[in-house]
Amino acid sequence: MPVFALLVISKAGSLIYHRTLPTSTSASTSSSGSQPATGTLGLPGTTSLTTNDYLVLAGTFHGVHAITKNVTPKFLANSASSSDHPPAPTTNGVTGKASSFRYPIPDAPVTGIESLESSFFKLTVFQSLTGTKFLLFTDPSMPNTDGLIRGIYDRFADHVCKNPFWHIDNPIRLDGWERALNQFLFRR
Amino acid sequence: MAVPPSFSTAMYSSPSYSHDSRPSSSSTPSFAGAGLRLPSNRKTIYDRNLNRSRNAELSRASFAFLFMEMVTYAQKKIKSVSDFEKKLNEQGYPLGMKLLDLLLYRASPAGSSSSSSTPAARPLRILPLLTLINNKLYPLLFSRPADSLEQDTSDPSKYMIIDNTPLTNTYISIPKEMSQLSVAAFIAGIIEGLCDGAGFQCKVSAHNQGTDVWPNRTVFLVAFDEQVMERERELDRQGIK
Repeated sequence: MPVFALLVISKAGSLIYHRTLPTSTSASTSSSGSQPATGTLGLPGTTSLTTNDYLVLAGTFHGVHAITKNVTPKFLANSASSSDHPPAPTTNGVTGKASSFRYPIPDAPVTGIESLESSFFKLTVFQSLTGTKFLLFTDPSMPNTDGLIRGIYDRFADHVCKNPFWHIDNPIRLDGWERALNQFLFRR
Repeated sequence: MAVPPSFSTAMYSSPSYSHDSRPSSSSTPSFAGAGLRLPSNRKTIYDRNLNRSRNAELSRASFAFLFMEMVTYAQKKIKSVSDFEKKLNEQGYPLGMKLLDLLLYRASPAGSSSSSSTPAARPLRILPLLTLINNKLYPLLFSRPADSLEQDTSDPSKYMIIDNTPLTNTYISIPKEMSQLSVAAFIAGIIEGLCDGAGFQCKVSAHNQGTDVWPNRTVFLVAFDEQVMERERELDRQGIK
């Protein structure tokens, strides 16, 4: 199974769920011992991560995500538009300054970091509309991680958001969610 | 001229009904101010045909969110798990009462679209009642019959309706400190309301009996009162089905 781990980070930046999945590669290395051990996050040396480490990781990622959201490159739109037609009289002062930049893809919302790839693992990030972030650590060769993380989000919406015994931004300890995740991640 | 309150309240118990309206006019009574909100065409939900929603389906997600709020509401000021289940049961009870009438109306020639000649009778014996729950109430609520219907081997007054995937439990997992709770008590309340409405006094409770294949499998235990069993024996002696 090339999925290594799943982390869910609340809007406030705290870790509300983390789950590491047993990888077949790490199971084989423990028996043979020839290959370097695949860590729980796909990275060597991450096998010994404690719950506290995951909390730190989640908090750090939350900050990094907020930064990447702000450093999304922008184009200076003023020069391109002024060559086509004369600048509109409203493009002066503060409002003009703000509208003189545009994003590479104007229709897409600015999301921040979406995926991170290395030779050891691939991190796919999905942020829901309410600000909950889903982090999926997979094997770099894993195809269609976007579809996978969408499926996880579907199950989150069903078994966590529709559960009266879960309160928002609290840690998720629900049998139904675990069951749905197991079914989704192992039987597809 | 004002209507004596005893006459007006007999039909319109809503306080929003204005007593100043003329009683001679047989048109739609005027509702004053807040209370019952009227759409612009003056047609309330009570003016609609009862068969209008016959084949209508409701979004599963919207029910899940609504039911979630109902559970949260029932959770307020409870002392024990049985208290919790009682509150959920009470929320379902009036629904079952009304569903009995609706089911019988739709089964009758006046209410059914297909022309059946025999009018639907209210169930007199326990078995037709349970068949009504299994084959009519369940498809109306959940678009499928219940999974199994059993009688307790030791106690003839107890019946079990078994549902492998109750809709209320689909998205709800019970925390460990309330492991005895089953939110399907709401469905048990519906069943109890229907049975009581049909004249079969009983207590219905929901019990979680999850298996590996069906983790939400729920048993609804229907325990009929002694008077119902007595009547059942008498009807059996007279040979009334």
